[in-house]
Amino acid sequence: MEIKEIENLANLCRIDLSQEEKEQLSKDMESILGFIDQIQTVDIDKEKKVAGDLRNVMREDEKPHESGKFTDSILSEAPKKENGYFKVKKIL
Amino acid sequence: MKIDTKKLTIREAHEHLIAGDFTACELAQACLDNINPDLNIFIEVFDDVLDQAKLADEKIKNGQADLLTGIPLAIKNNILIKGKRTTAGSKILDNYKAVYDATVIERLKKTGAVFVGGANLDEFAMGGSTENSAYGVTKNPYDETRVPGGSSGGSAVAVAVGACLGALGTDTGGSIRQPASFCGVVGMKSTYGVVSRYGAIAMGSSFDQISPFGKTVDDNQIIFDCIKGEDEMDSTTIPDDVYNKSQTKSSEEITIGVPKHFLKEGVNEDVLDNFNDSIKQLEKLGYRIKEIELPNISYALAVYYIITPAEASTNLSRYDGIRYGSLKEGDNLLEDYMKTKGQGFGKEVRRRIMLGTYVLSAGYYDAYYNKAVALRDVIKNDFKKAFDEVDVIITPTSPFPAFKIGEKLNDPLKMYLADTFTVSSNVTGTPAISVPSGFANREGKDLPLGLQIIAPEMQENLLFEVSKNFLGENSK
Repeated sequence: MEIKEIENLANLCRIDLSQEEKEQLSKDMESILGFIDQIQTVDIDKEKKVAGDLRNVMREDEKPHESGKFTDSILSEAPKKENGYFKVKKIL
Repeated sequence: MKIDTKKLTIREAHEHLIAGDFTACELAQACLDNINPDLNIFIEVFDDVLDQAKLADEKIKNGQADLLTGIPLAIKNNILIKGKRTTAGSKILDNYKAVYDATVIERLKKTGAVFVGGANLDEFAMGGSTENSAYGVTKNPYDETRVPGGSSGGSAVAVAVGACLGALGTDTGGSIRQPASFCGVVGMKSTYGVVSRYGAIAMGSSFDQISPFGKTVDDNQIIFDCIKGEDEMDSTTIPDDVYNKSQTKSSEEITIGVPKHFLKEGVNEDVLDNFNDSIKQLEKLGYRIKEIELPNISYALAVYYIITPAEASTNLSRYDGIRYGSLKEGDNLLEDYMKTKGQGFGKEVRRRIMLGTYVLSAGYYDAYYNKAVALRDVIKNDFKKAFDEVDVIITPTSPFPAFKIGEKLNDPLKMYLADTFTVSSNVTGTPAISVPSGFANREGKDLPLGLQIIAPEMQENLLFEVSKNFLGENSK
């Protein structure tokens, strides 16, 4: 796999990589993809290709808890917070 | 009374606690005394173990004890216990304290079980050796130059050395069964959906299951009975009435299937010999053995290493350094993300996120992810067909005994091949158990081996029955 492709993937994943690791990953990916490529040799009915048996199961969006009930405990784990909110760097 | 936690079963401990032969505090202390720091079993030993045990002693005094009251358990450090440091073996969660209890923890707390500590694991449960833990490798008690297996290696060793009487792990591709086999204990993976995943730090959500370790099948069953069951916090749990209705009465004659065609390559010779001995023993016990075909089982590992990285890359995007976990700051928000993830995640985790992102990216989605998902159903069908002919299926748990620390660390593919026999249960959602089946000698040391038994969905009872017979637990 080209280093450029590794860099593109790393950007999609939002992962900062060193040059050395990019080179290592390019080798690792080649070897792993070489292995998983074996599934291309299996012939599966066209019909079956669309989607698997598994489906997401959602609950009804109802019975909310009292507003603010968990705010303090959740914010207690935030690296940066202010007045009951998570704090992030300016975006615009 | 002297307490030997290396031998004591949960049921025996319970009887002694009720009879007053020892207290829960004494039992907990006996476990703490067995924590050998050289083995690096726990990321954190909890500071309130004896306080928990005191509460259990009160319960026992008041006649409210049930089987798990006062029983010391190790908890894999990716299962949330409110207020306890839960790292998932990662630097990115180094100082994270859980803000709620996992459902399994809530259920264990109700019985008065005692949590000894958060057991070591491969980072985010990715690995088969605990070498990927940011907190150092756990060592195999049978040979300290070898790995304990993984990812739930700390839990397996904790049980093996008597640092607890039972443990919880998570199993996404064999992460309970493989370390159980490497450490000579019993470990299982329940049917997908039988145990709630609420509060287990997610890896591959359509594969992950929390399940127990124990010295005996009975110990496994006791913990399983406590933690299983429908949970409104996990929409993938199976409704209790569906599960209960599916329980078949044990048939007069049980047939055991052996996929011999799948055992031809890559298995150590003495592991195969040991497996054949297990077959003979099962025959002696009156089971019928039948050779079966699982035509697509050899693809299970590739399917697994496409779908789980895909799911993991999605699940792990939540670690952004904003809501929880550690933050490494850059000049702007994008750099915050890049640095937090780049420095917070270890090598294997970064590798799997990259792989998962690749198989999900435009242009490769159909060829990899969709194809793997379709193939998963094909493999599931193979198993269904096989279970029309046989009641359970057996394989070795691992193609080899515990390997050397460092042996496979730099070759991810080699490490993945250790999961050959275990992944198919996660791919198909079927329950499976690993029970000790003997030893293989390497460099003068006897290393434990495991026999894996796989049952149809929701037939945990069948697993318990066959494996108890295999270990001779019923005749005791």
